[in-house]
Order: sequence, then C-alpha cells, then structure tokens
Amino acid sequence: MTVTAPRPTPQRSAGSRAGDLLARVFGGGSATVFALLIVVFAAIFIVNPSFAEPPSLMAFLKQAAPLMILAIGQYFVIVSGEFDLSVGSLVGAQVVIAAALIDGEEGRTVPVILLMLGFGILVGLVNGLITTLLKVQSFITTLGMMLVLYGAIRLWTGGAPTGALSEAFRQPGRGGIDMAVVRQLPWALMILVGIVIIAVAVMRSSYGRTLVATGDNERAAGFSGVRVWRVRTLAFVISSVLATLAAILIGGYAGVTAQVGQGLEFTAITAVVLGGVVLGGGRGSVVAAMAGALTLEALFVLFNQLELPSTIRPAVQGVIIIAAVAYAARERARPRHHQEVPSQPQPNEA
Amino acid sequence: MSRAVAVAGTGRATRRRLGATELVWLALVAVAVIGAVLVAVDGQNLFSIANTRDMLSRSSLLGFVAIGQTLVILCRSLDLSVGYVMALSSLIAATTMNGDPARVPLAIGAVLLVAGAIGLCNGLIVTVLKVNPFIATLGVGLIIKGYLDTEYQGPAGDVPSSFQQFGFSRIGPVPVSTLVMLAVAVAGILFLRKTRTGYHMFAVGGSEDVARLSGVRTGRVLVTAHVLCSIAAGIAGLLIAARFGTGSALVYNSGYDLESIAAVVLGGTLLMGGRGGIGGTIAGVLILAVLDTVFNILAVDPFFKDVLRGTIIVAAVAIYARRQIDRKASRVRFGGDGGSGGSAPPEPRPDQPAPELAGGTR
Repeated sequence: MTVTAPRPTPQRSAGSRAGDLLARVFGGGSATVFALLIVVFAAIFIVNPSFAEPPSLMAFLKQAAPLMILAIGQYFVIVSGEFDLSVGSLVGAQVVIAAALIDGEEGRTVPVILLMLGFGILVGLVNGLITTLLKVQSFITTLGMMLVLYGAIRLWTGGAPTGALSEAFRQPGRGGIDMAVVRQLPWALMILVGIVIIAVAVMRSSYGRTLVATGDNERAAGFSGVRVWRVRTLAFVISSVLATLAAILIGGYAGVTAQVGQGLEFTAITAVVLGGVVLGGGRGSVVAAMAGALTLEALFVLFNQLELPSTIRPAVQGVIIIAAVAYAARERARPRHHQEVPSQPQPNEA
Repeated sequence: MSRAVAVAGTGRATRRRLGATELVWLALVAVAVIGAVLVAVDGQNLFSIANTRDMLSRSSLLGFVAIGQTLVILCRSLDLSVGYVMALSSLIAATTMNGDPARVPLAIGAVLLVAGAIGLCNGLIVTVLKVNPFIATLGVGLIIKGYLDTEYQGPAGDVPSSFQQFGFSRIGPVPVSTLVMLAVAVAGILFLRKTRTGYHMFAVGGSEDVARLSGVRTGRVLVTAHVLCSIAAGIAGLLIAARFGTGSALVYNSGYDLESIAAVVLGGTLLMGGRGGIGGTIAGVLILAVLDTVFNILAVDPFFKDVLRGTIIVAAVAIYARRQIDRKASRVRFGGDGGSGGSAPPEPRPDQPAPELAGGTR
C-alpha cells in the first residue's frame, strides 16, 4: 500500500512489462516534464539549428550537469517527505573551502576533495539528525543550516573568497576526453551518468522503496519496521554529498566568486517538482527529477538564444513553471490508478 | 468551545505541559533576559528608550509579513512571494503618491488592491490549478520579480512627509508602525478565534479532506488566507515606502520570505498546518527583533550574526518539538485528546463530543 511502484510479477509478458516501465518513467505527473523538455529542445533547435550539433550539445550538458546532480540529491530528500534548503549555501561553502585550502597547489587537490566530501557528509548528518531525532521540521533545520553556512564561510574568509583552485580541481568541471564526433566528452557528463545509474539502482533497491514508503506514510512505514530516522538521515547525507560533487563541478566550470550557489536550492527544488515529484513525499521518479533540471537548464539556454532581456526572464520562468506543474496536477487528478489497479491481475490480491 | 476544552484540560495535562503560545512567550522572556544580561556585561542597558525603540521598530516590518504568513501556514500552505509583493507595494505606493499628500489614500487603496489581487492569484493557482503552494508562490514571485526588474531600475517615486510619519513618528517609546502592527495582530487573532472563516482555517490546515467532507468550502478558505497574507505584505511594503521615502525594488533581496516563515515557526505554528496562532507569531517576531538588537549593541560581526541566528532558530524549534514529542504524533487528527496540548487553536470539533469534555463544562 505504501510503495507506489508496482510489484514485478513474473507472469506478465515482455510487452506489458515494457509498457509498465514506460508508465513508471513517463506516468503520473512525470509525462509533462518530458513533453516540456521536447518542446523546449525543439524550440531551441528551430531558433538555432547549430545547437543540435554534438559539440554544442556536449557543452550544454557540461553546463547542466551540476544542477541535475543537485536535483537528484534534492529528489532523495523530497521523496522522503522533507526539504533541503541548505544545498545552495553548501555549494557556495564547498567552493570557497576548496579555493581557500587548495590555494593553487596541485598536490592538495585530492586531500581537499576528500575533506570536502567529509564536510558534506557532516552537514547532511547534522541536517538529518536534527530533523529526525530532534523533530525539527526540515524546512527550518535546513534554513538554519543555510544561514549558518552562509555566515560561517564569510566569517572565515572575511567576506570575500580567498585562494585559488588548482588545475586538477578544475578538470572535472571544465575538462573532458577529446573525441572525434563530439569534440570533447566532458568529465561532468560521465560523472553525471555514473550518479544517475547509481541513483536509479538505489531507488530500485530496498532502500529506495523504503524511502518512498517513508515519504508516502511515515507512520505506516514505521509500523512496518522501517527505521524512519535512519532512512531520512541517509537521504540528507546523499543530498549533501551530491551537493558537494555539484560544487566541485561548478567550481571547476565557473570559478570562485562570493555568490556561487546563491538561490540554487530553489532552482533545485523547482526542478524536482517540475519533474512531477510531489512535495511532501512518496511520489515521483529520480529520472523525472533529473529531467526537470535538464528542462530548466534548456529553458535558460532558450532564453539566451531568443536574446530575451535578462530582466524579464524570471517572469517567463515563473509562468512556465506554474503552467507545467498545474498541467501535471491536472494529469494526476484524473482517476488513472483507479483504473489500473483492477485491470492488472495480481495473484496475491483477494 | 475552546474554553470548554481548556477547562476540561485543567487536570494534570495543563499543569504538566504549557501550551505552545505560552512556551513561545516564555522563550521570548528568556531571550530578553539573556540578552539583557549580555548587554549589561557590556555596560549598557537593553531596555533603554533607544534600544526598546530599535527593537520595536525592527519588529513592525517583519510583524506585518509574519501575521499574513501565519494565516497561510495555518492552512497548510506557504507564501514565498511576500518579499516581491513588499517590493512591488513600496513602488506602487511611492509612485502613486509622487510627493502629493492628497494622493496618499489613493496610493494605500491601490497597494491593498494590487496586493489582494496577487494573493487572489496565489490562492487560485493553489486551489483551482492544484499547484503546490511552494511552487505556485515561488512562480508568482518570479513573475513579479521579472516585472520589477524590467520596469524599475532603481528607487522610484516620492513619499510625502505626511505619510513618512507612518514610518518614523512614535508615541512615547513605541513607534506608530508597531502599534499598527499590533492592531493588525489583534484583528488577526479575533479573526481566527471569532469568525467562521478563521475556524475553518484551522480545519483546513488540520486535514483538508476532513474539512471538505465536513462541509467546509476549503478552496475559499485557502484563497482568503492567501489574499490576507498578500495584503499584509502590501502593508509592509507601505511601511517600507514610508521609511525609505521612496519605493525600492531591491527589498526582495532582503529575505523577508524565509525570515517570515522562520518567525512563524519560531512562534509555534506548525508548518504542517492546523496548529498555532498569531499570538505566538508576534512572540517569534519579537524574539528575532531582540536578537538583532542585542547583536547590534554588542557589535557582533554581521556574518557571525547569521550563524547565531540560524543556530538559535533551529535550537528554539528543537526545544518546542521536544515538548511535543510525547504527544507522539505531531498533530492529532482523529480521536485522542486533541485539546490536551492547550495550544492556541480553538479546535472546533463539534462532531466529537468527548464525555469528559461535556462533564468538565458543567
């Protein structure tokens, strides 16, 4: 009852399984985001046909990878029924930490990255444990964390970021393998693909099922033997670690400024919701959340291609987000699963 | 009804646990005392006229926003567009007045109308289009931001000195703006406790399905809450115009959206809706104001201020949560002793005549 994903039944044919898979990926509120993604890409291609060439697509994916990684992290937290508002500040903090500690010396790159991962895990643990054990609503926990990180980093560096990133540190964000067709296969894309594969595998594992069940109905999950606090804390840790990885990519791609990461938490949450994931937990797929992030980034590219004045962009973005989520809600409101459940012959169901 | 519940609960329950609102006011007293001691160690007086004035005038601006935010959060919604509404309102006020005292009423009317219309949009997007309030209000905020950035490059308009009085004049140590804020708060408390829509807000926040099945028009209640919230943000925008003497678009960068939510939660209102009240929110706003004033007097590094604020907000909410943990569920929806918490919501539940409750009133 609590797990929304349908149970795999061996009797069904390959065709119905494929249909099932399609329904799971594109179904629910998620169909909207894929449709929107196609529309936005079509618009970009019409405005600027050269964008369809592999090199510029690769450049686009390189630029979009950090937000997609952030959205995947945010998905884990949101599907478990919580929020993580601290990711934007965390990205900023990690970039500044990297610059200050590496200070341009190549040899320090790996130790500093390990330290950043440790810091990310620590932030996630604090977020998760305060939320689950101290029963502080995650909105407030992570809002507090956002303020603390924002202030602490500026306090430490005296207001402006100091130091410099090493060349090796910048490689994942801006470098890649030189290739024939695509000119450069970005490291960022490979990291992203790796994370997506792991994320999909995690969501299909028992942990993923438990996470969705927890988000859907915390009490029912608890009664079924789920250690809710552990599951949720781990989700926060995943979010913070992925934010750290995103910070490495963003730092490499864009360099160090005081404003890095500002407002990213809202962009990430918007991306996840655009992907049809329901705030409050229990519904939505990680692939759709990532597609939401990709759609947002494509939208920004489209704004660039259309040479839209930068001041009006937020307004257009707002309209599109509201329209897309409203459309998805309309889809979801249709009584589709009421039809689906009886039509599938389930051997164990009475 | 609320009185009945309170009377019924006067047994061990109330003695053991204070209600959420009382707890918040206690927290305010504690913060004020600790702050006063710290300031006294520094050789100053937290409650001197100047400092009191500073605290109160700090609280009025956030107060307006937080009062509106309370209504929305009670309905289990959220408004992230308040910062943008404030900025827009200050600009509308300043440009409509344009230095002419005779146009002040017109400007106030225009601001309230526009703010109300934005609230109506928010409410309708949430209720009719079924968009999650987080996204709906964020989106509406972005739309307003786009308009502001396009139309107004810098400060615009001119506020006549007669209206600037709203921002600066005071009666004794108490600024007029704070008095207006407190009056709005009292009106809000009465609205929540005495009117049908106010009661319905708790019901909708508690469980929208149950409220709807009980015959509450949940959509209208939510829309009303959003309209009132935006109007409150509009009043805050008027206050900004009065203080700055001009309208400013950059107000939306000041983080009033998240800060007002923090104040509401600090005031003991559950983000999940259905529990809380404006009385607690005012205490939450005052706690933040006292903290700010103390930090200012002690000349705390502005960045360290953020660290302290974040820590204190989380710690305070953790303490409230501690006291509510043994209630097991964060919110009692069905059955159980709904009133034993004794917190602010009047909890109208006429459909559930608990025997002890009926006995207690007689």
